[in-house]
Amino acid sequence: MLRRLAQSALTLVLASMVVFAGVRALPGDPALALAGEERDPASLAALRAKYGLDDSVWVQYWHYLELSVQGDLGRSVRTNIPVSEMLLSALPVTLELSLLSLMVATLVGVLTGILAAVRRGRPAEWFANGFALMGLSVPNFWLGLMAILYLSVALRLFPASGYTPFFEDPVDNLHHMVLPAVILGTGLAAVIMRQTRSSMLESLSTDYIRTARAKGLDERTVVGVHALRNSLIVVVTIVGLQLGALISGAVVTERIFGLPGFGKLTIDSVFQRDYPVIQAVVLVTATAYIVINLLVDLLYSAIDPRIRVTGEAT
Amino acid sequence: MSARAHDLTELRDEVRPGEPLLQVRDLSVRFRTEEGPLSAVDDVSFDAHAGELLAVVGESGCGKSVTAMALTGLLPGSATVTGSVLLAGEELVGADKTTLRRVRGREIAYIFQEPMTSLNPVFTVGRQISEVLRVHEGMSKKEALHRSGELLDLVGIPSARERLKQYPHQLSGGMRQRVMIAMSVACNPRVLVADEPTTALDVTVQAGILDVLRDLRDRLGAAVVLITHDLGVVADVADRVMVMYAGRVVERGEVHEFFAHPRHQYSVGLLGAVPAARVHGKRQRLREIPGLVPVLAEQPDACTFADRCPAADEQCRTSRPPLERAPQSAHEAACWHPATDASRAAAASPEEVQS
Amino acid sequence: MSTVESALVDPPVTGGDRPRRGKVLRRLVRAPLALTGLTVLTVAILAALLAPVVAPYPAAQTNFDATFSPPGTPGFLLGTDSLGRDILSRILYGTRASLTVGVLSVLLGLAVGVPLGLAAGYFRALDAVISRLTDLVLAFPFLILAVGLAAIRGASLSNAALAIGIAQVPGIIRVTRSETLRLKGLDYVSAAVAEGASDPWIMGRHILPNAVSVLIVQATVAIPAAILGEAVLSFLGLGIQPPAPSLGTMLSEAQQYIARAPWTAIIPGVAIIVITLAFNLFGDGLRDALDPKGSRR
Repeated sequence: MLRRLAQSALTLVLASMVVFAGVRALPGDPALALAGEERDPASLAALRAKYGLDDSVWVQYWHYLELSVQGDLGRSVRTNIPVSEMLLSALPVTLELSLLSLMVATLVGVLTGILAAVRRGRPAEWFANGFALMGLSVPNFWLGLMAILYLSVALRLFPASGYTPFFEDPVDNLHHMVLPAVILGTGLAAVIMRQTRSSMLESLSTDYIRTARAKGLDERTVVGVHALRNSLIVVVTIVGLQLGALISGAVVTERIFGLPGFGKLTIDSVFQRDYPVIQAVVLVTATAYIVINLLVDLLYSAIDPRIRVTGEAT
Repeated sequence: MSARAHDLTELRDEVRPGEPLLQVRDLSVRFRTEEGPLSAVDDVSFDAHAGELLAVVGESGCGKSVTAMALTGLLPGSATVTGSVLLAGEELVGADKTTLRRVRGREIAYIFQEPMTSLNPVFTVGRQISEVLRVHEGMSKKEALHRSGELLDLVGIPSARERLKQYPHQLSGGMRQRVMIAMSVACNPRVLVADEPTTALDVTVQAGILDVLRDLRDRLGAAVVLITHDLGVVADVADRVMVMYAGRVVERGEVHEFFAHPRHQYSVGLLGAVPAARVHGKRQRLREIPGLVPVLAEQPDACTFADRCPAADEQCRTSRPPLERAPQSAHEAACWHPATDASRAAAASPEEVQS
Repeated sequence: MSTVESALVDPPVTGGDRPRRGKVLRRLVRAPLALTGLTVLTVAILAALLAPVVAPYPAAQTNFDATFSPPGTPGFLLGTDSLGRDILSRILYGTRASLTVGVLSVLLGLAVGVPLGLAAGYFRALDAVISRLTDLVLAFPFLILAVGLAAIRGASLSNAALAIGIAQVPGIIRVTRSETLRLKGLDYVSAAVAEGASDPWIMGRHILPNAVSVLIVQATVAIPAAILGEAVLSFLGLGIQPPAPSLGTMLSEAQQYIARAPWTAIIPGVAIIVITLAFNLFGDGLRDALDPKGSRR
């Protein structure tokens, strides 16, 4: 466990180095890249001092680390607003989107996966396989466009874009979030479904399931408790692996539905050459991803008693 | 063993020793497979009596396990079961799901061969045992857990309270098997079906498990059906023996009679294949039965052992021998030319092994 | 998620015993779905390669008097877009671009990933280092990686290929590594070592050829993921830039006019689906043909 922590820490440090190096790789004077509106020599000099741009690379890196850890990620070149503020205001949106779609995907994926495993016969299995195949083949941003086309424009059921903060108006907020969350969740649902199905099939053919049936348990308990509990371990792992895809997907989905989250922030900043923002976004995302992966690993060992309680004598 | 164990027999009306609790008649199982139909069990009949241990013997593939699973409908959908299984007068073949679920675990309980994989790795031992009690006896979680501890005592597991909280992977093979046994007797079943319970265990651990089974037979008055291919186990604990071959019953009777006077040629072969000590200082060659157990699509009207039998003739190949009693005996065999004392003696003479 | 990360999800297929080529082909021929996939694929690839010959119009040609023509309009089989450009032609050229990026990026991934995977599986000392490197790459979600690269190098087709290629590398390393580890333990490798064969010789002559089948399967999963990745990137403006035809740019342009000319959004999407579906069906069939026992049924 300690080793895992150390690994994550190392990766984190390396990632920060990469991000740091990335900005330094930009053509031209880094100070200009980081400067923004005030380009007079005095401000530039101050910037140079702050980031230690005249010192050696290692010192610069150290400054960068120091500042980042303190939360000072610079100011936007465009708006001069502190980047950390921008990130904080964009965070709730992306967080909500991610959580909602994760919920949708897990619910749909696990349920259909169980169904496909249990009903090994004709219709359900074919449907499930088809669904899984589609999940791999259909670009989720196109699906989003289709959803907008049919559900927003044609049927006027959901808004095509926009966002209302949750605490202002929960109903309106959800109304805006439903479509993006479902779209983002679909691809993930297909993957979860496939994994759930195959791991359930494996579980259901084990000896302990035979024992469970021999004990006189009803089929629902056998599948829903005994088999599922074992399969969940695999599902958690898969979800963990897919989180990166979820983040990528969120960027696209936010773009399509006009949600003011991390994704929009990222794309806009690339086109506006807003380097402090880009740098910060990349760093924060990578950090978040590393941390979440670590948590998933810990969760995994919490769920699987074989890992949790090893080493105890009989 | 704790004194509390006696409570278990009070849960149920007194069972008269010797009473046939399970009556199986003409049980047949056929499977639909990708390669065609498969006849796994053919017209098997037997009784299991209270307080008695019936051993079912045969090589792998003779249909012993399938018979066991068929009793409570635990076979997959590709299996067709015909015949009759009467449990205290109640018909189980073709019974509805609710009935079968009630019977499983409560009236007829199972112990399987592989204790390593037969317990769910993600639930504690206590939880798995309690489950049976809560489902069938309607106990509360606390009551069930308490009773589970008593059951662990009963099967000889030390520090029962601590064990309840442990997971299967923390226990040794022998202990896991004891847990399986505890789980199966939790509801004081009338019939206990043990499918090769000691095969996957160390010889040293086997004795302990057999002791537990023997003890339960005596204490609970249950009918125990022990499936095994190990004749040593049969000699150790069985009261009666039933020999199966290629899905059919070929011999049946009381255990001492069986070992002293086996009648079916297959039984003779089996007993001859048991390693014996040196006779007269000469090494005895292990008697093998040549050939393999056939896998049958259909059951022919012939003796299925004929191809491997030293005493087979035309009659054996063209008509199926019925299960008949020997004169003045309750011992049955399905053979046109059952072994006599003379033929047995001849077969048993030691061959010299070239050293 | 239909992005590059999904290529990492499937547990790596073990090569198993390498079946003979004839057997593989025979099994493949018997699977109708896989064959359909292969046929569609061949047609698509041919059409894309021959785009300059087959397409009715040059991709950039505008017709301002025929803007937003629906499919079926005479002269424009699949209709035109906001600038009157023929959609069918653009689809053909766009598919060409997508396939180019897809194949290029996977080749890049293989070129980097296979040697690293081999080294990681073969030399225990390097394994730790390479694993950390893989972790590092994995720490950046695909789009974030692309964004970063676009910021440094500017958005372009090569940028997209680079980003996708880099994102493929961890998966390829992992697959190659596990195959190497497995093959390393086999008897004929030990025999070669005992005979004094050098490491590069063993890796090149014994291990690599046998890992090929697994890599081919990995490629059939990676290419459609790469195509989808390219579509996403050009949709966002991080890859192929408009007005160059790409299935992704067509979709991003279509978003504005989706109410007025839905076909401009529907058709490019369908094209993407058809290609990736064909790849996936073929890939599944290939995987089954190589390992019918199904290590991951």
